[in-house]
Amino acid sequence: MTAIIDYGAGNLFSVKNALDYLGIENIITKNADDLKNADRLILPGVGAFPDAMRMLNNSGLTEIIKEEAKKKPLLGICLGMQMLFEKGYEFEETEGLGLIKGSVKLMTPKDLPIPHIGWNELVLNNSCGLLQKGGEYVYFVHSYAADCPSENVSAYCDYGMKVPALVFSGNVYGAQFHPEKSGEAGLEILKKFASL
Amino acid sequence: MLAKRIIPCLDVRNGKVVKGVNFEGIKDVGDPVELAVEYNKQGADEIVFYDITASFEGRGVMLDVVRRTARQVFVPLCVGGGIGSVDDFREVLRAGADKVSVNSQAVKNPKLISDAAEIFGSQCVVVGIDAKRNGMGGYSVYINGGRVDMGLDLGDWVKEISERGAGEICLNSIDTDGVRGGFDIDMLNFVCERVTIPVIASGGCGKLEHFSEVFEKTNSSAALAASLFHFKELTVGEVKRHLKEHNIPAR
Repeated sequence: MTAIIDYGAGNLFSVKNALDYLGIENIITKNADDLKNADRLILPGVGAFPDAMRMLNNSGLTEIIKEEAKKKPLLGICLGMQMLFEKGYEFEETEGLGLIKGSVKLMTPKDLPIPHIGWNELVLNNSCGLLQKGGEYVYFVHSYAADCPSENVSAYCDYGMKVPALVFSGNVYGAQFHPEKSGEAGLEILKKFASL
Repeated sequence: MLAKRIIPCLDVRNGKVVKGVNFEGIKDVGDPVELAVEYNKQGADEIVFYDITASFEGRGVMLDVVRRTARQVFVPLCVGGGIGSVDDFREVLRAGADKVSVNSQAVKNPKLISDAAEIFGSQCVVVGIDAKRNGMGGYSVYINGGRVDMGLDLGDWVKEISERGAGEICLNSIDTDGVRGGFDIDMLNFVCERVTIPVIASGGCGKLEHFSEVFEKTNSSAALAASLFHFKELTVGEVKRHLKEHNIPAR
């Protein structure tokens, strides 16, 4: 069972639609026991870092996620990926989940507009459980990006700067792009996550 | 580097895809969900549903089309037609759309753009524009499916749209729409020079070469087409291969 964590800020139904389509058993939940009983967790997210962290903290799930992430695979998507880091700097400094080393800062692409919206190519940096090749185009919508050690980056994309697109640390994974909106390439990544 | 996007557009009336020429002489061409699934298979980068019924009953049918599509198509979906309020935005996004396109209603009430951008984020606000040469070297913005000239200058309008936080502009040239002589390169350059947000080219493509032309001669981020794909004259896959042969980044 894959638990999609519902803390009030997410593209939950798109993720659920994609998992349903792939025949991956899943549940949208804010119940602590569901998170403990699940085989793996997905943390979605849309919006701003401080609001989302506040909502997650208010839901009482923060400590449970940190604890469960030691035992089972966790995938953060978009803002959910950014929340895996130690700190975020959107509007104000906010403490993240601290599951991957690094912080999240406003993008500074040279001569290109932000947000970074559209299909961009994954360039492999380190092979991980979700990606072995690179070269796939996936769909991005974001203005902030992770600043983290290269060893935690599975793939970058090029948008006037090297943008960490897929990150990992142990069994914690984060996708800056939306696998649930990235066609076949995105579904493939979700399928790999479900078989971890 | 970002890929140039190819976007099939489906004009939907009462749950059926239709296609008109110069906004008149409308023909039925099929089921929207089936067509969306097919375009997704062909490699469409995004799919647009444009509700041309825009009646109360039509809206319910349209939301159902979006819901069914979102269960089997995993690329961004954009819905437009008859969107007049923040509540309309919410309804369409909840049904599974990722972006919402506004046109006439935004001209009548520009605050809709800034309100929606603030609540849902710029990334989901697309402003559609129907424009036409004004005979004096400039362009005028039309509403109601290209029937009413608002006496609004295209240059002023795109600046306002951009300042109000729109995420993208979908520029349809009434002069070239349905004529199949190619996208309106001059009008697209006029707009691309004035804004930094992505511009989607719409109206006028009739063959493969028109797609490479629009990306080689303008800074458009995407190209939208309807009848070429509906009538199976070209597939999205053929367009993508053509772009790659011309060294234009494509997925």
